[in-house]
Amino acid sequence: MSDQTPLLPPAVIELLDVALVGELTVIDESGVPITYPLIPLSDGNVIYLTSSVLFSRKLRHIKANPKVCFSLSDPVAIPVQPFHRATIQGDARVVEDDVHDGWERLLPMWRAKEPAIDFFLKKRFGIPLFFERSVIEITPQRVLWWEDGRASQPARVYELAGVS
Amino acid sequence: MAALEVAEALRRAGSYPHAVLAYVGADGYPVNIAVEFTESVDGALVDVGPLDQDLRPGPGQEVELTFSHIRPQPGVGYDERRYVNLWGPSTPAGDGLRVAVRRASGWDEAETPFFEYAERGVPAGRDYLDELGARPRLSGLWTVFLATRLPFLTATLIPVGLGGVVAARDNAFHTLWFVLALVAAIAVHLGLNMANDIFDDANGADAANVTPTPFSGGSRVLQYGLVKRRTMIGGCAALYAVSIGLGLYLAAERGWGLVGIGAVGVALSLAYSAPPLRLVHRGLGEPVTALGFGPVMAVGTYFACAGRWSWQPVLASIPVALLIALVLYVNQIPDRIGDAAAGKRTLIVRFSPGQVQAGYAAGVAGAYLCIVAEVAAGVTPAWTLLALATFPLAWRVRNGLRAHYESPYALMPTMQSNILLHLLTGLLLVIGYVIAVVS
Repeated sequence: MSDQTPLLPPAVIELLDVALVGELTVIDESGVPITYPLIPLSDGNVIYLTSSVLFSRKLRHIKANPKVCFSLSDPVAIPVQPFHRATIQGDARVVEDDVHDGWERLLPMWRAKEPAIDFFLKKRFGIPLFFERSVIEITPQRVLWWEDGRASQPARVYELAGVS
Repeated sequence: MAALEVAEALRRAGSYPHAVLAYVGADGYPVNIAVEFTESVDGALVDVGPLDQDLRPGPGQEVELTFSHIRPQPGVGYDERRYVNLWGPSTPAGDGLRVAVRRASGWDEAETPFFEYAERGVPAGRDYLDELGARPRLSGLWTVFLATRLPFLTATLIPVGLGGVVAARDNAFHTLWFVLALVAAIAVHLGLNMANDIFDDANGADAANVTPTPFSGGSRVLQYGLVKRRTMIGGCAALYAVSIGLGLYLAAERGWGLVGIGAVGVALSLAYSAPPLRLVHRGLGEPVTALGFGPVMAVGTYFACAGRWSWQPVLASIPVALLIALVLYVNQIPDRIGDAAAGKRTLIVRFSPGQVQAGYAAGVAGAYLCIVAEVAAGVTPAWTLLALATFPLAWRVRNGLRAHYESPYALMPTMQSNILLHLLTGLLLVIGYVIAVVS
């Protein structure tokens, strides 16, 4: 089943809003997928992730190949009832005009999911490179959604023409 | 993430509740899907499925499986982070697929704490920032605070304070000379800290240390790129210049004997980590530290105030000299692997854990025995016995060393208690003198 929609479906926005962790899959230089658990942040249209320069390999991969995929699927990390799952394919852009402060625009959303970040931010002087961060912006192109969360069943597919 | 042996990775994977299959789809986008799985460690295989037919990768296609775990902590975020990535070709199997695992990687924060994990990423992070043309930034105040390791000034304040109160007991205290001696001592101490970073950066000891703590592993300002090496050398030289200049002024005003004390202090501070002597590399860091942050500073301050020699400040400073040597001693425990790799053969590198703990107990016992013996001999005022009240702190350190010797981050409260032991014992000795002077 496939739908054309300009926006992320509400069920997927619900997952993005509550997910503590999702799985970002990028493609490495040899064309093989590699997956990183990350905290997803979203304004409902775009998915935002941040990565410290300390863990920059994924950033290099995205710059070389912006096609990525993000899974919202771990029932422990996503407290929704009834449980459902989604996979979002999209085009990623690494934003790093200002790795020192630029990512802080996402801090309110990050804080909502991980309040402990404020504790670490106060100790920024002790781990300064951790807070030199790039922002990964994913513009969704396609969503696979499983209403009952089971990948043994066909996914409902949303083609997201027009999302910006 | 670090490479893992396939068998080990599969053993771990079996304990994870959540797995995601990833592959590159026909349109070039990666696909990732939560899946059920059964792993076979012996066969290096993972069976995945059931999986909808439209979601299966092509036969023989390279896929990745990611097994992950977190524990949500309401109001905090989450902890117990760990994950394993497996790669290999997949083949259709029943209503799913079979993955022949060829390589693996992963991270478990219970094995590699987050701070160590982050520290291991520093070289790559620096390279990445260089490519961006960016530099990590901190405020000027924080940078100075870190580069000079300002909080460690307690090591200077205590012996200088003791020199001052011993002078006061001899009716020889002089505020101006005391303050100038204090500033000179602070300058040489901060210069020493920076010199130590410069040399430990040059010999690779700090870079090899992936478990720094707020109490060990140097300031890291050079490793993190917060300060350029040239700036660090300039700051260090300026601090030594201030100290030497003040020392010469004091010597001219109070007596040229101060030149000898100052020269010993400066020489010790440089010989500590600078070639060719590099005394800390030879296991002599503790005696050098004891001498420099004990008798040398106490006698120097006394001389600046009184304008003459005395054995009193030497004797009064022996307990704090022992305790500051033990601060270095304990703080070197988390550094020992990096130190050994860089050929920095500190006592901690040379000793077994049991010997280190015995050495600590002997050092603390020596400090307390010295306090009692000096009072019994009538050398120091009876009020200095107040300093014995810090014994519970010493006991806490002793227990902490036994419990957390192998864990740099769990050892941090012990290192903090040990620094507090030196500070409070020294303060109580100073207070003991003050009471004796005013009563």
